[in-house]
Amino acid sequence: MAIKLKELSHKKDLLAPGHRCCAGCGSILSVKEVMMAVDGPVVVSFATGCLEVATTIFPYTAWRVPYIHCAFENSASVMSGVEAAYQSLKKQGKIDKEIKFIAFGGDGGTYDIGLQALSGAMERGHDMLYVCYDNEAYMNTGIQRSSSTPRAAATSTSPAGTVLPGKTQFRKDLTKIMAAHGIPYVAQATPDRWRDLISKVKKALEIKGPKFINILSSCFRGWRCAPEKSIEVTKLAVQTRFWPLYEVEYGKWKLNYKPKEYVPIEEWLKTQRRFQHVLKPENKPLLEEIQKNVDQRWEELLQLCGESSPEVTPGN
Amino acid sequence: MEVYNKGIRKSFETQPHYRDETSILTGEHFWQGDIAIAEGAIAADCRFFAGYPITPASEIAERMALRLPYIGGVYIQMEDELASMAAILGGSWSGVKSMTATSGPGLSLMLENFGLGIMTETPCVIVNVQRGSPSTGLPTFFAQADMMQARWGSHGDYEVIALAPDSPQECFGLTIKAFNLSEKYRLPVFILTDGLVGHMTEKVVVPPPDEIEVFPRRKTQKPPDQYLPYQPEDDLVPQMANFGEGYRLHSTGLTHDERGYPDMTIEAQDKLIRRLINKIRTNVDDIIMVEEQDLEDAEVVVVSYGVTSRVVPLAVEKARKEGIKVGQLRLLTVWPFPEERIAQIAEKAKAWVVPEINLGQMVREVERAVGKASKVVPVSHAGGDVHDPDDIYKVITEVIQ
Repeated sequence: MAIKLKELSHKKDLLAPGHRCCAGCGSILSVKEVMMAVDGPVVVSFATGCLEVATTIFPYTAWRVPYIHCAFENSASVMSGVEAAYQSLKKQGKIDKEIKFIAFGGDGGTYDIGLQALSGAMERGHDMLYVCYDNEAYMNTGIQRSSSTPRAAATSTSPAGTVLPGKTQFRKDLTKIMAAHGIPYVAQATPDRWRDLISKVKKALEIKGPKFINILSSCFRGWRCAPEKSIEVTKLAVQTRFWPLYEVEYGKWKLNYKPKEYVPIEEWLKTQRRFQHVLKPENKPLLEEIQKNVDQRWEELLQLCGESSPEVTPGN
Repeated sequence: MEVYNKGIRKSFETQPHYRDETSILTGEHFWQGDIAIAEGAIAADCRFFAGYPITPASEIAERMALRLPYIGGVYIQMEDELASMAAILGGSWSGVKSMTATSGPGLSLMLENFGLGIMTETPCVIVNVQRGSPSTGLPTFFAQADMMQARWGSHGDYEVIALAPDSPQECFGLTIKAFNLSEKYRLPVFILTDGLVGHMTEKVVVPPPDEIEVFPRRKTQKPPDQYLPYQPEDDLVPQMANFGEGYRLHSTGLTHDERGYPDMTIEAQDKLIRRLINKIRTNVDDIIMVEEQDLEDAEVVVVSYGVTSRVVPLAVEKARKEGIKVGQLRLLTVWPFPEERIAQIAEKAKAWVVPEINLGQMVREVERAVGKASKVVPVSHAGGDVHDPDDIYKVITEVIQ
């Protein structure tokens, strides 16, 4: 199942150019790569969010496939209905096409308000793939914190000031929650590792049943980095082990990439001004706390994947 | 140092009193309606805000997130609107004045717990910065189409209070009023504003703290062994005790007796529901606020509320210049509806014109109050903009013929 760039370049984009995402938007890259993995008919649902807005600006749409926009919380539920009706039509012999179903949502629509709908759809076992483009805050409404926003990040509703140093909680580990549903396939990806991402989607679409892929997608507006750094910044998230690339296939955990060197989380935080207060000398304990959390989550993941913990010297 | 809201921060961090306990920013400001609502809430002693981002109401949450940490308050962002509404009910029972703010789609989710707030008689304030609807509608444009949703949105029989400001100044004042009414009558109170007023920036004058009337919680004076949480006073409103003060409190959405215990009988249902409704109906004179102009000789009355009231004067002035006797009635309180006052005016007025940014909601109430005696004509607008004053003027001239 080798993915060749040359072949991809000849494929017709299912998400047409001309949409109005920001230059340097990480999310649109993620979604575009997901759609590159699709062969044959597909139905897409989208929760309210940046991408819904930017790809369907009146009177145009960037979608070359059947597309349904739902409310904020129910991309997974609406797709459950679409898929269930398809199965019924199939049973009745009224349709014989093999159709794939992909539900999209941002982190707000997936981690927060849409979690119940997502959990329900996965538990019921619909034959669908849910893709979360996780840009770590409510970017569409003006950068409010979500449960995916990392600890200490400044957002418009978790401002960093003299009383509070940005978001006071650590992020929710949604990928693990989805793995705990015991569904056939769960994975984490980033758009900079396009081959990894596309093969994960291809693999997921070949599996029958509910699947979930979580893609870290940068938003330079909310992360306060340069638009041209949107790829680099997610790359660094993987290098610093903040966003490990892994998959859980039928309960088997597999680490897809192991950084060769220990890169402290500071290197990732440095690239984004939403964390600039963390790097001040007086916030050193906060930085250490964040590093400790990253290390701990990484160790847990290594154990789950049956990987040995390499001899590394923690930073500082 | 701060990456976000630098400008907004400056707007209050330069004020001398922003860290004071009362934290009332006395003076003149240039504020958005949304900001004025947040400041009105703080002036009314609101120290807990639970919310969820939604255009065009997010600025209220952002302002509260910035302001509350300085004054010992708490802002929490919830995972959705169901949780936001439920959280402010909890916050209020803990003894802290609480508020949430949203727009139509969010309000739809809040309404189940709004009903819980009605049933448990929980003081709190819900702001709906209305936008074009139904569903996702016109997120960045406005409408006045949630009027009936506010009235009847939760299941069951109940009365509501809803206030409709038409300017940032009024957003400030009516938010304080909303808190006062919610504490006085013990129910969740709506502020029904819209995306235009919410995002409109105008001068707002904040009076000194001693000129701001804040209605305190109706705390019981009775000792715990003599206190019944739902035993009404003369105005049909029970005194309140907060969680954690040594009182035995049983708060439930089930039909309950004066102890607050579930009572699944027809008698209990009748007694409770009638009291919940009558505590508003018998106090309408205290609750209802309207603004009247040129009604003495009016043959035509234009009824408006919220942002539409800003357009009506242009139409009325034009008609007056042409000798048409037209007056204005502006509703600051949209619920309960001022039906008695309208019926009084209707004894003299010949026709009514009701412009609103929906296809006919409050006009039904006007029709009901006026009866068949005079003509009632709506001037509808589906949302996204205010009326052209000429459209209202045209209806005024037509209706008089």
